[in-house]
Amino acid sequence: MDFTLPKEHEMARQLFKDFAENEVKPLAQEIDENHRFPRETVDKMAKYGFMGIPVPKEYGGQGCDTLTYAMCVEELSKVCGTTGVIVSAHTSLCIDPIFTFGTEEQKQKYVVPLAKGEKLGAFGLTEPGAGTDAQGQQTKAVLDGDEWVLNGSKCFITNGKEADIYVIFAVTGKIEKRGKMMKEISAFIVEKGTPGFTFGTKENKMGICGSSTYELIFTDCRIPKENLLGQQGKGFNIAMHTLDGGRIGIASQALGLAEGALETTINYVKERKQFGKSIGAFQNTQFQLADMATKVEAAKLLVYKAARKKDEYKSNPKVSYSFEAAQAKLYAAEVAMEVTTKAVQLHGGYGYIKEYDVERMMRDAKITEIYEGTSEVQRMVISATLLK
Amino acid sequence: MKVIVCIKQVPDTKGGVKFNPDGTLDRGAMLAIMNPDDKAGLEAALRLKDQYGAEVTVLTMGLPKAADVLREAMAMGADKGILVTDRVLGGADTWATSTTIAGAIRNLEYDLIITGRQAIDGDTAQVGPQIAEHLNIPVISYAQEIKVNGDKVTVKRQYDDRYHMVEAKMPCLITALSELNEPRYMTPGGIFDAVAAEITTWGRADLKDVDDSNLGLAGSPTKIAKASDKVRKGAGEKVVPESPEDAVKYIVGKLSEKHVI
Repeated sequence: MDFTLPKEHEMARQLFKDFAENEVKPLAQEIDENHRFPRETVDKMAKYGFMGIPVPKEYGGQGCDTLTYAMCVEELSKVCGTTGVIVSAHTSLCIDPIFTFGTEEQKQKYVVPLAKGEKLGAFGLTEPGAGTDAQGQQTKAVLDGDEWVLNGSKCFITNGKEADIYVIFAVTGKIEKRGKMMKEISAFIVEKGTPGFTFGTKENKMGICGSSTYELIFTDCRIPKENLLGQQGKGFNIAMHTLDGGRIGIASQALGLAEGALETTINYVKERKQFGKSIGAFQNTQFQLADMATKVEAAKLLVYKAARKKDEYKSNPKVSYSFEAAQAKLYAAEVAMEVTTKAVQLHGGYGYIKEYDVERMMRDAKITEIYEGTSEVQRMVISATLLK
Repeated sequence: MKVIVCIKQVPDTKGGVKFNPDGTLDRGAMLAIMNPDDKAGLEAALRLKDQYGAEVTVLTMGLPKAADVLREAMAMGADKGILVTDRVLGGADTWATSTTIAGAIRNLEYDLIITGRQAIDGDTAQVGPQIAEHLNIPVISYAQEIKVNGDKVTVKRQYDDRYHMVEAKMPCLITALSELNEPRYMTPGGIFDAVAAEITTWGRADLKDVDDSNLGLAGSPTKIAKASDKVRKGAGEKVVPESPEDAVKYIVGKLSEKHVI
């Protein structure tokens, strides 16, 4: 087994690192403080192809693999968790389902501008009463002539008000499954500006504060019949498939946050002096750092393995990467929370001050244990495979 | 329009310079990067590509590892990469280097050659103008702005206390300053293509109209006696005059002592 990264991945990592240091890091604190969406960074990322990394060139993307995409989210998140999730939600949650389940017309119309970064994407599954329990969906879509009419609302939507194209899930009827009546869920593509589609509350969050998190409201929102994504009634499968990929993005974000906190802390403990020596000279610091670095490395291997597995799936759709994605997300998210918390502790009082990056990193890390499937859901996915 | 950009892989001096015990540069201990002036030259060429559809070829001379900077240039948008590498070319000074590069360029068609002003490992600023001399074409050095107009280029040339506006008919050679522009980043797709792309590799036999006596260490008139890091300037003299008048008097005295005034 070879753990050496191929040349193209080494070069890509250098690119993402340089970009993150020069373009993303200088804004990280300000966008967090002002809860400001970094539009200028998104425009720059679009210019350099970061918004369509795993999409084939003929669809406006960069023609790279999932690992390259994961490394991009990782490097961005090392310096800014907000920027990492903007790319992740756009790529994994909006482009991926349209590319995987869309018709050729839908791919040309939506994937091409999304992959070029001319448009920003979002994904709406969660509702006030339907988080982990996707069956609790209330948003309805009714076919009326040549149009679907959407009514309902979605909450906690990443890239919320800033996006242009949304993949939205809604109930389109009832079906009988194993003797039980279940909601039939379908997926739709909705464009911003469609009459009846408005925005509700902007969420005031603990972390990833620069990310635009909004409630989406649909009131007799009429979309063309051809905007149904995939087959009618296959929405739940589309959502689950999409979240498997999304988890690789969030796992990469979590990994980046952990790595960023670790690097920052290593530099800090070398500089900070107490009792006449740098705090890095104390065994407690050394042992903490050793544990942090080891867990970060283990998380990285899981994340890269899941990314590789998704690439395998691309050439062989029989391959499933659901298990690996769940393991990567579960572990990387928990490591991100643990490592950023330890980073704050090793910074002492300074770690609690907003001027220090680790304070933001710890707040950003928490969400990785929650969104795109909580850690508990990941454990359910993993154990279900084990006990199959 | 065809543009050739000469680039060099140099040790990154950002983290300080490291030397071998014999006084030569310890290249292995330092990260290798594309020379900053050359990168600005490449960016200038890529802008000509964006504007006029110019074809951009990057050329470097060095060890096989120098192909890395060619790939980086191609990932930024250059069309072709040529590596000139051969044992007999090793240890070249500016004269032997410019002779070699000119010998390689004689195989190519071009309207414009762009080089960096100077490389951060040697700081001579000689290779660019020497290439132009070998090829018998005009050279405009220290470009801080480049404009193409038909078969001419107009260059804003940096000078000590002013700038010159210089016009030249193509083909010609321009040496670029890192202040010329902000080089673009690579793109992920560009990286994948560049890694998969074929790099043309030339050796001694591919050089046109050059004499062996002008190549490599043997053909280098420059002999390096000793290399060292920059000597840091002293702390200087600190004076606290009692009044502004005393300060003026002191400064004027110092300036006339140094024959400045």
